[in-house]
Amino acid sequence: MKLTDIAAPDYFHKVVDCQWACPAHTPVPEYIRLISEGRYDDAYMINWKSNVFPGILGRTCDRPCEPACRRGRVEKDPVAICRLKRVTADYKNDVTGLMPKPAATKNGKRVALVGGGPASLAVARDLAPLGYLCTVFDQDPKAGGMMRSQIPKFRLPDAVIDEECGYILNLGIEFIGGKRIDSLKALLAENYDAIFVGSGAPRGRDLDIPGRAEAAKNIHIGIDWLSSVSFGHVTKIGRRVIVLGGGNTAMDCCRSSRRLGGEDVKVVVRSGFEEMKASPWEKEDAIHEDIPIHNFLVPKEFTHDNGKLTGVVFEKVKAEKDAKGRRNLVPTGEPDQHFPCDDVLVAVGQENSFPWIERDVGIEFDKWDMPVVDPTTMASTNPKVFFGGDSAFGPKNIIWAVAHGHDAALSIHKMLSGENITERPLPQVSVSSQKMGIHEWSYDNDISLDKRFRVPLRDKVVALKDIRAEVELGFDPKLALAEAQRCLNCDVQTVFTGSLCIECDACVDICPMDCIIFTPNAEEADLRQQFKAPAVNLTQDLYVANDLKTGRVMVKDEDVCLHCGLCAERCPTGAWDMQKFLIDMTHAGEGCRSKA
Amino acid sequence: MTYLAKPKFHHPALPKNALGFTHRDYEGSVSTLCAGCGHDSITAAVIEACYELSLPPHRIAKLSGIGCSSKTPTYFLGNSHGFNTVHGRMPSVLTGANLANRDLIYLGVSGDGDSASIGFGQFAHAIRRGVNMVYIVENNGVYGLTKGQFSATADRGSKSKRGLTNNDSSIDLVAVAMQLGATFVARSFSGDKGQLVPLIKAAIEHEGAAFLDVLSPCVAFNNHAGSTKSFDYVREHNDAVNRLDFISPRDAIKVDYEPGTTQIVEQHDGSRLALHKLAPDYDVHSRIAAMNYLMERQAAGEVVTGLLYVEPDPEDLHKHLNTVKAPLNTLEAKELSPGSAALEKINASLR
Ligand SMILES: Cc1cc2nc3c(=O)[nH]c(=O)nc-3n(C[C@H](O)[C@H](O)[C@H](O)COP(=O)(O)OP(=O)(O)OC[C@H]3O[C@@H](n4cnc5c(N)ncnc54)[C@H](O)[C@@H]3O)c2cc1C
Ligand SMILES: Cc1ncc(C[n+]2csc(CCOP(=O)(O)OP(=O)(O)O)c2C)c(N)n1
Ligand code: SF4
Ligand code: SF4
Ligand code: SF4
Ligand SMILES: [Mg+2]
Repeated sequence: MKLTDIAAPDYFHKVVDCQWACPAHTPVPEYIRLISEGRYDDAYMINWKSNVFPGILGRTCDRPCEPACRRGRVEKDPVAICRLKRVTADYKNDVTGLMPKPAATKNGKRVALVGGGPASLAVARDLAPLGYLCTVFDQDPKAGGMMRSQIPKFRLPDAVIDEECGYILNLGIEFIGGKRIDSLKALLAENYDAIFVGSGAPRGRDLDIPGRAEAAKNIHIGIDWLSSVSFGHVTKIGRRVIVLGGGNTAMDCCRSSRRLGGEDVKVVVRSGFEEMKASPWEKEDAIHEDIPIHNFLVPKEFTHDNGKLTGVVFEKVKAEKDAKGRRNLVPTGEPDQHFPCDDVLVAVGQENSFPWIERDVGIEFDKWDMPVVDPTTMASTNPKVFFGGDSAFGPKNIIWAVAHGHDAALSIHKMLSGENITERPLPQVSVSSQKMGIHEWSYDNDISLDKRFRVPLRDKVVALKDIRAEVELGFDPKLALAEAQRCLNCDVQTVFTGSLCIECDACVDICPMDCIIFTPNAEEADLRQQFKAPAVNLTQDLYVANDLKTGRVMVKDEDVCLHCGLCAERCPTGAWDMQKFLIDMTHAGEGCRSKA
Repeated sequence: MTYLAKPKFHHPALPKNALGFTHRDYEGSVSTLCAGCGHDSITAAVIEACYELSLPPHRIAKLSGIGCSSKTPTYFLGNSHGFNTVHGRMPSVLTGANLANRDLIYLGVSGDGDSASIGFGQFAHAIRRGVNMVYIVENNGVYGLTKGQFSATADRGSKSKRGLTNNDSSIDLVAVAMQLGATFVARSFSGDKGQLVPLIKAAIEHEGAAFLDVLSPCVAFNNHAGSTKSFDYVREHNDAVNRLDFISPRDAIKVDYEPGTTQIVEQHDGSRLALHKLAPDYDVHSRIAAMNYLMERQAAGEVVTGLLYVEPDPEDLHKHLNTVKAPLNTLEAKELSPGSAALEKINASLR
């Protein structure tokens, strides 16, 4: 097998599973360590730099980092990375002094941003301090996009949105609320140097089945209903509510209903419970609020009486694999089921729609009527127009919107500096040995055996009475510390120097995870079998190094390394060292320029 | 020395043996020896051997004397019986324990100082009596615990860390054990678990006095140029006569080794030793030839390793003494006091 090039920035980045999985590549272990030290301001700013909305994301993020977290491979649950992010926001002091300042002089370049959601705000945040004049247009009066209009207040209070949108708008950005852009052509004619489209995926899918028109008064499109609730236009719903759909929107609909008069609220999904799109924790939260989830039921008809909805008829289905191995839902043949109800919320999907983009402004649309967007540069086929967030590739989530925002800002900055936008800068890597003494490391290498801690909740009775009362109370500092201790410091890397090794086997013997071997080099598949527990997780690399006197190689399976540093403590010659690899993504700014 | 306890977490897919234990279940507390000490590798090899043999930890008794080597039983088999004797006295305490309860597996762990200096006599007598045990000497050529004085196994002419030359003849414990009638004699190297683990397994299954001399570099006091017990020296001068596969009585034997290169030795308990010959003419059943070979290679500065001698059908002390088959603590008053008729009979036989 080829020797590992540990100088390639991706190699050790991949070992930091959470950071690698985070679309914005937040340096997770670094901020978790700062929480342990009580340095909440610094922990917040590390987040702020990477993901722009730590307080918001610490409550709402889809957390792709957590399924990736190494802790989840050595015991049951991953580190509560997301809720620790909230801790940084909850316990920080006033951080305004740590924020970048508005540019002292503008650079004369104008950027228009359509939509004031997380994607546009991330672009503006990266560009404004560099001197760009950023103008954000949103049809809603305030910035925040769906974070403000869709996500219920009991999950994300307005104060948090105001605060974090405020940090951005204070950078000298022009925000024009209540202004809908009706024509891209007209906007282009205003001669902006670049335009960013962050208009989201604003249309909720409808369900066209018999009775839809007749009972229309009590059938609501989920995301439209949620924004009416957010803006206070809707304050009540019937006693018996059926929510159709199994995604996160459905979960927000049913939980909101419980707070607006819905006593008998149920969710009905076509698929099986396991296959639902909603995150496991969102399902848990709904069930905790006494909302049953009925599965394998396909809505067939709305029943009504004199223009008033009376219920929904469902056909029972089951999942079957067809000849090609695809899963299909087929009727079971059992009699249809009728669920009586007073209101229905339809949450069966979300779509893009660009009625305001003329099709002759040089932006190519594909067969699904989506703009053709380069996933690295976020550029459309019109060189001046960039996309990001839900408008680029369909509905995703906040952290992806932020990641797109960073990428688009970088492209805009490069383009307006006369550079090739397809040349992307490498992340910045800083390396530092953690060794302080024979048994002393500048990180806490003791491994906590604690199970994942739960976030305390507001009493259910109280919570259900007030739709604006936040349900999760957040970790208190003590719980936060205990949860932070569960992190394995995966960015403190095991670095091996073969020329120092005397092949005494001390590291092999001490390693609690049996992840080190010394062996004659062989094909990767063969090496993977040689560990006491074979290295079958192919998503995790083997680290292969040579320079040993016997001509063998050192092979380390990165998969379940605890980063405990015992190998390095045990090594008599310092052939192992624990080195912190801080990987910082390069955003728009000085560091991103080509070294021409 | 490591201050942190080894975390309880282990690899989620770590294999289990017939008793449902992982090798981690055979560990003891974390070692306090110097980082890189060969003794720690022997500890790991003992753990691996007991794990692979699926031994119930509570059926093993580990005994040792004094020294870094003699401290190691603390670091393995945390759920077994243990006895830390005074310096050089492990063999007699082990002999006594073995006589009292023949059902346990006896692991005697000692050092070159513990066995070749202060305990030399004890060592000799336990071996010549044929006590059923595994006697492991973790041989580093120095008194490690007392900071590196030459021990009696240091080769004449070898140099101490401070440059002094050893002028005394060395004791080769393997040669002595062979001469004193050990029925299983092997030498190995802490840095070669592939060789060491099967040897320990075979020694455990051997029902007689099994002696293992394991070269075990002392990284603090005897791993320099001029030492003959260093990692580099042993690796460069290792003359392995064979390599061993241990096949337990449970495993179906599937040997398709090239004829002439592999010899199968069947032990009394049904286990088999598949010996892959490296020195073609070496005969593990000939004590005299083995001793000749040893002397010859030693004169050439080589370190002979491997299974050096084995008696497939050994006898042990209990057989020689015709002792009762059961452990003494299981004997009831009925067996211990067979009555006046029995006494009469014994007395008559002695008249
Ligand atoms: C019910 C619901 C719950 C969700 N919960 C979560 C969650 O918990 N966690 C998570 O990560 N994600 C969640 N999401 C998804 C998340 O809100 C979006 O992925 C994210 O907000 C997309 O950001 P964006 O910047 O692309 O667009 P948006 O946030 O949609 O912002 C677009 C903005 O552009 C405005 N706009 C659109 N067209 C125009 C125009 N022509 N002129 C002017 N303004 C315009 C819109 O009014 C809107 O304010 C949820 C979505 C829904 C529907
Ligand atoms: C009766 C007695 N004499 C001397 C000592 C001092 N002493 C302790 S350990 C040791 C030598 C140990 O050497 P060895 O058995 O080779 O063990 P190592 O530390 O090298 O593994 C000596 C002489 C003692 N503890 N007890
Ligand atoms: S244990 Fe910590 S550093 Fe490792 S993946 Fe999980 S959160 Fe990230
Ligand atoms: S840090 Fe070293 S000893 Fe600890 S688990 Fe990783 S490889 Fe093993
Ligand atoms: S502990 Fe150090 S010297 Fe010993 S084998 Fe491991 S890396 Fe090599
Ligand atoms: Mg010694």
